Amino acid sequence: MELLDPTAESAPVARQGAPRLGDINGRIVGLLDISKPRGDVFLDRLAELLEARDVTVRRYAKPTHARPASADLRSQIAAECEAVVEALAD
Amino acid sequence: MSRLADLDGLLVVVKSDCETCQMVEPVLRVISARTGVAVASQDDPSYPRGLAVLDDTDLELSWELQTETTPTLYRVEKGKVVGSAPGWNREEWQHLAGIDDLGAGLPASRPGCGSKIFEPGTFERLNDKSRGLRARRVTVAPAIDPFEAMMAFGWSDGLPVVPPTEDRVQRMLDGTRRQPGEIVCVMAPDLVECTVEKVAINAVMAGCKPEYLPVVLAGCEAVATELFNIHGVAATTHFAGPVLIVNGPIRHALGMNSGVNALGPGNRANATIGRAVNLVVRNLGGARPGGVDRSTLGSPSKWTLCFPEDEEGSPWEPLSTERGMAEGTSALSAFAGHGPHEIVDHASRDADSLAGSFAAQLNSVGHPKLMGNFDALVVVSPEHARVFTSSGWDKARLRQELRERLTFDGDEVVKGAGGIAEGVPKNRLQPRMTKFRPDGLWFAYAGGTAGMFSGIISGWSGGPRGSQMATVSIDNWK
Repeated sequence: MELLDPTAESAPVARQGAPRLGDINGRIVGLLDISKPRGDVFLDRLAELLEARDVTVRRYAKPTHARPASADLRSQIAAECEAVVEALAD
Repeated sequence: MSRLADLDGLLVVVKSDCETCQMVEPVLRVISARTGVAVASQDDPSYPRGLAVLDDTDLELSWELQTETTPTLYRVEKGKVVGSAPGWNREEWQHLAGIDDLGAGLPASRPGCGSKIFEPGTFERLNDKSRGLRARRVTVAPAIDPFEAMMAFGWSDGLPVVPPTEDRVQRMLDGTRRQPGEIVCVMAPDLVECTVEKVAINAVMAGCKPEYLPVVLAGCEAVATELFNIHGVAATTHFAGPVLIVNGPIRHALGMNSGVNALGPGNRANATIGRAVNLVVRNLGGARPGGVDRSTLGSPSKWTLCFPEDEEGSPWEPLSTERGMAEGTSALSAFAGHGPHEIVDHASRDADSLAGSFAAQLNSVGHPKLMGNFDALVVVSPEHARVFTSSGWDKARLRQELRERLTFDGDEVVKGAGGIAEGVPKNRLQPRMTKFRPDGLWFAYAGGTAGMFSGIISGWSGGPRGSQMATVSIDNWK
């Protein structure tokens, strides 16, 4: 029996992760707050720890955790940072 | 392989039972002798006698030419039609043939007959054959049960699906005038362009009839809107799924059920339309449970929850016109929700008392101390609606009365109040707080005539931060 494929026929292309930084000291790291309650508590502490290691920390936030980050925000983070940490919390 | 591509020069399409064709036979002999002409016969390969005839009884050449009239004389250059003359018209035939004295004894013109490609049944057959479908073909070996194979492919919501064969998908596509390749919407989370063909494949699998397809297409359009936000609805840990409410004449045309068991099983249209939209979200959007769909508990609305309003029985204006659609339009509204959760009240005989019961149950949506977070759709049954109308309440009055009963002092609902940690955070607290957003409480009328039960369909995170009801035309997709 021949069937018509109901899917998007887009078996996800295996993506390569970005190159690892190796050492984090002196790098630029973005912290993305997805706007869940208490995500800021986690990220504030993380920022302290990173700054103690001479890391330049840049802070970002999504307007709501219920929607994906906008393309603009994603490209801004990619342009301005070498690594990003995204915080969930509740 | 195109037969037209092999031709060059003059071509005429005829059929033996056409009087105009019979009249021009002598003309065809003249053209044949002087310059040559290919003669294609739609019904009898031995007609016209004495001329070499292309057998077009399968009508493939006529279909390729889209010949509307017999006879039609064509001038073909390297497989492309560069001129045509339908019926008999001396001037046009002379011009096309490049011969000055054609049909001297004939009238100057005479209309032809209808081409066989437009005969009932024939047109549909030829149309199906040429309606090329682009979906990848997946072959299931004869020894394999296709129902098991489709489960293994991950195409199903867990229940058996109908095998989407080309024949079934072609018949499904008869349910719309839209072309198979047209884009219906871009479906999150994978942001896939959904074609009419792909939606039709999923509609076959869900068990739809072809006439349901416009409603399924409208459902896909609605959930893919920015308003509805299917990405958030599919991905959330909350229960919600697409709840579809159908209004307008199409409810009757499809035999949908707005009466006994309207939110339950037993009606093919109710059951399969909602299921088809969920299969599109799964198979095209890519939201699979355990993958992007992270719902903690899920709910049956992720399978199917689709029902029509009982507009004829309802004392109120239909949901669709309240949502801005013209009266008499068939429309679909998509609401992110789950349930239903019951409102049982056998005792109230006046609106005031019944509104008290409605408010008490509605306050449990999400959590009794959360205000403005979750929307709700109340499906009001005939026996409950009668209590409101006998007290002279219309829908606007009911909404207003419920809002008043569901407005609380901030102190009662703040986090920690009553010994319950959950509640409104202090930084959002107002002196008085109302349970539902101004456009976060909706009503639909449905259900059997016996039973003092109404149903709350609880919503997900409402407003621009989450999901809002989306209403679209079904007629656009016919």
